[in-house]
Amino acid sequence: MAKEYIDGATAIARGALAAGCDFFAGYPITPATPILLHMLNELPKVGGVGIEAEDEISAIGMCIGAAMTGVRPMTATSGPGISLYSENIGLAIMGETPLVIVNVMRMGPATGGATTPAQGDVQFVRWGTSGGYPVIALAPSSVAECYTLTMRAFDLAERFRTPVFILVDKEMNYAMATVDIDEYVDAPVGQRPLVPQHRPRPAAVDGVRVNAVTGKPDPRLRPEETYLPYDFDPVDAVQPTSPFGGPHITRFTTSSHDEHGFLTKDADKVRRLNDHLRLKILNHRREMAFGVSDVQEEADALFISYGTTARAMREAVDRSREAGRPVSGLTLHTLWPVPEAMILDAVAGHQRIIVAELNHGQYIREIERLVYRDAAQRRILPPEIIGLDRADGELITPEQFLEVVNG
Amino acid sequence: MAVAPIQIEEPRKTYKNERPFPFCPGCGHTLILNHLDKALTKLQIDPTQTVIVSDIGCVGLSDQYFTTNAFHGLHGRSITYATGIKLANPDLNVIVFIGDGGTGIGGAHLINAARRNVGLTVLVFNNFNFGMTGGEHSVTTPHGAITATTRHGNPEWPLDICATAGVNGAGYVYRGTSFDKDLPDRMAEAIQYDGFALLDIWELCTAYFVPNNDFGRKEMLGLVDTLGLETGLLHHRQVRDYAHRMRELAVDLAGKPTLPLKPIEVKYPNNVAGKFHLVLAGSAGAKVRSAAKLAGYAGVMSGLWVTQRDDYPTTVKTGHSISEIIFSPEEIRYTGVSRPEALALISEDGLKKSGRYLANMTGDDILFTIPQFADVPTKARKIILDPKAAGVRITRTNLALLLMAAALRELNLFPIAALEEAVRRFQTRFADQNLPVIAASEHLISNS
Repeated sequence: MAKEYIDGATAIARGALAAGCDFFAGYPITPATPILLHMLNELPKVGGVGIEAEDEISAIGMCIGAAMTGVRPMTATSGPGISLYSENIGLAIMGETPLVIVNVMRMGPATGGATTPAQGDVQFVRWGTSGGYPVIALAPSSVAECYTLTMRAFDLAERFRTPVFILVDKEMNYAMATVDIDEYVDAPVGQRPLVPQHRPRPAAVDGVRVNAVTGKPDPRLRPEETYLPYDFDPVDAVQPTSPFGGPHITRFTTSSHDEHGFLTKDADKVRRLNDHLRLKILNHRREMAFGVSDVQEEADALFISYGTTARAMREAVDRSREAGRPVSGLTLHTLWPVPEAMILDAVAGHQRIIVAELNHGQYIREIERLVYRDAAQRRILPPEIIGLDRADGELITPEQFLEVVNG
Repeated sequence: MAVAPIQIEEPRKTYKNERPFPFCPGCGHTLILNHLDKALTKLQIDPTQTVIVSDIGCVGLSDQYFTTNAFHGLHGRSITYATGIKLANPDLNVIVFIGDGGTGIGGAHLINAARRNVGLTVLVFNNFNFGMTGGEHSVTTPHGAITATTRHGNPEWPLDICATAGVNGAGYVYRGTSFDKDLPDRMAEAIQYDGFALLDIWELCTAYFVPNNDFGRKEMLGLVDTLGLETGLLHHRQVRDYAHRMRELAVDLAGKPTLPLKPIEVKYPNNVAGKFHLVLAGSAGAKVRSAAKLAGYAGVMSGLWVTQRDDYPTTVKTGHSISEIIFSPEEIRYTGVSRPEALALISEDGLKKSGRYLANMTGDDILFTIPQFADVPTKARKIILDPKAAGVRITRTNLALLLMAAALRELNLFPIAALEEAVRRFQTRFADQNLPVIAASEHLISNS
C-alpha cells in the first residue's frame, strides 16, 4: 500500500492529463496558480499547448476557440476570475463547447481573502452568466477525488459538450496530504460525438446531398454543408460536431441560431435551441450524480456537505458514532445539476438535515427547495433543515457539527 | 496497392454563399468582403482549413456569407478565440473580422496578439463609429466628429491602430480604404504571411457617420492627410508565427514523463497512537513550510497519515507563516488544528498568530521555542532551545528546521533518521546544509 504526500493541485493536473487534456490557458491568481504552473510545465511534454494569457477574458476565450479544433481544454481561476469569465461561460454554453473550468474558491466579496478558504461561489457558478442555463459542477473532497473527479469533468464536458466546473478551495488545492496510491481511480473519459471524419461523398441523390450524420439525402443541406451542426433530434440529444480543420464546414455562433448555425429570431427555432441547451443537461442529471451516501438507519440526523467542509463532516460522523450516537452523512461530489434523487434518498427517514458549507448558506437553498417540494407532493411533514455556515476564513470544525447534532 | 487517381476539383469561382450581404446601401462592409472573396479565390484556399472569426457589431454578421468555417464570438474577444484556434491547430488559416468598436474594447488582445506574432489575419472594418447600436463614437472617431455620443463634437483623439500594432511587434501592418484596388492582393499576402497581420481598412458607415459628418469618399481620403498618417504597407518583417514557434520550442520536451507518481515506502516505525497536532509558527520567507513538509515526508516514511495546512499573508517574504501538521495512524479527514500537542514558535510574526494555540494548550502539551519567547504565557510545558548552543551557524532560514528537528527528537513520534532521509530524498540540493542542522538539534535538546 504505497503512499504519496501531495496537494490537490497536483492531483487535478494529473487528472487532466490522464483525461487527455491538451490545451490550457490561464491567468495567475491565488489560490489557483499552482494548476497553471503544472499545466504550462507539463503540456509541452504531451504535444499540448499551455499559455499564460493576458487576462482572464482571453484565457477562457482561447480555450473556447481551441476547443472547436477538437482539443480538450482546461482553465483554472478563482472567484474574481470567474467574474471575468462570466460572459464567455455563456458563450461556451451557447456554442456547446467542451471546457473544464477549475474554480479554486477564495473568500469574497471582491478581492476578499486571496489565501483564505471559502465555498462562496457555489450559486455564482450556477447563475454566473446571462440567461440562467444549466452548467455542471463537481466538488472533490480529497486529494484522490481531485484526480478522479477531474477525469469525470472531462468526460462530462466532452459527452455533453458543455462547460464543467470543478469547485475546490484553497485548502483542497494547497494542503498536503497522504494519499494511498490505490485511491487514484481512473474514470472513463468519453469523447464528444463527431461527424464521421472522412470527406463526405459529393454524390447527390436526385440533386439532393447526403447528410454525413444520417447517411441519408437531406434537402435542407446548403451547398457548402455536409451536415447540420444544430439539428437537435431528439431535443435533449447532444449532436455530433466536426472540429475546425476536419473535412466538414462547421459554424459556431454566440447568437441564437438555426440548424445551420445562422442567426435567427424564428420563435420555434429559438425555443428548440434553448430547450436543447437546458434539457441536454437536466434530462441526464442521473448520469452526472456523484457522491457518497453514508446513511445509518437508526440516525435521526443527516449531515449534507461537500468539498473541504465534508472532511470535517466525515470526522464528526465517525466521532459521533464512536460516542454511541448514530448519525448519517451525505458527501456531494456533484453540486450542479442538483443530484435530486441521491439527496432525497439520503434525506428519507431523517428528522433533521444539517447542511454545512463555508458561506452564508448557498446550497441549503437547493436542499430546502427539493425537500419541501417533495414533502408537499407526498403530503408529509418535512424534516427540519438547519444551516451550519461559516464565512470568517476559518474551516467549519468537527466540533461544530457535533454541537448541532447534540443540540 | 493501386494508386488512387488524383481528383481534380474545379477551381472555385467564389467563397461567398448565395445569401446576399445584409448591409445598408453604400456600406463599406460589402466592398471589403467582396475584396476578401477575391483574395480567397486568388489563393484557392481550402475552406475546411480556414476559419473566419467575427466580432460583434455589423461586422459580426459577416462570417455567415462565406463557405468556410465560422466562429462568431463576443464583443472585442474575437482575437482571443482566433488565438486559441491557431495555437491548437497552427496549420489553419484564421481570419478575424473586427470593427473599430471591437478594437477598442478588445485592445489588450490586439496588442498581445501583435506582440506574440500569432499567425492571424486581422481585418479591421474601421468606419469611425458603432454602426449597429446607433452611431456612437469609437476609439477611431476623429476629433470633433459628430456622433450619437458626441453631439457637440468628439472631444477625444483617435487611436492609431497601425502604429499600436506595429510598435508592439506585429509583422505585417497595412492601412488603406475599402476603395483600394490592391486590397485583394494585400489580403491574400496577409493570409499567406506567417506572423501577425493586420489590415486597418477605412470605410464609410452610410447609416450614421456619413450623414452626421457630411463625410464621403473624398473626406475620408482627406482625413488620412489631416491626421498626418501614412497608408499602404507600413510593416513587413520576417517573423515566425507564435503557434508554430511554441511547438518548435517544445520538441525537446516531447515524451518526457508528466507529474509521475512519487511513492513513499514505509521504512521506519512510529509511536503515534491517535491524531498528533504539531504547529510550526514563524515568518514568511524563513523556510517554515519547507521544514514542515520535510516532517510530513518523514511521517509518511514512518507509516503515518499526514496533512499539512499552511497559513500566510498574500505577500511572499514578509509577515507570518504557520504550518499545521497532523500525524495519525489513520486517514485524516479534518485538517484544521485548534489545540496542538506541540507548538514550535520561532519568530515574532509566528507569535502574533499563535494566541489561539497558546490559549488552548494545556500542561500535557509542549511549547518549543527560543529564549526570546521564554516568558510567553501558556499552560503548556516549555522547552527553551538556544540556537547559539547548536554548534553550527543558525540563520533566519534554517532556524525552522532546527526547531522542527529538536521537537521531533523530543516528541519521538518516529526516528529522526526519517527526517534525515526526507532531506536527502526530497531536498537533495540543500542536503549538505540541512543535515548538519538536524544533527545539531540533538545537542540542543540534550542541553535544554
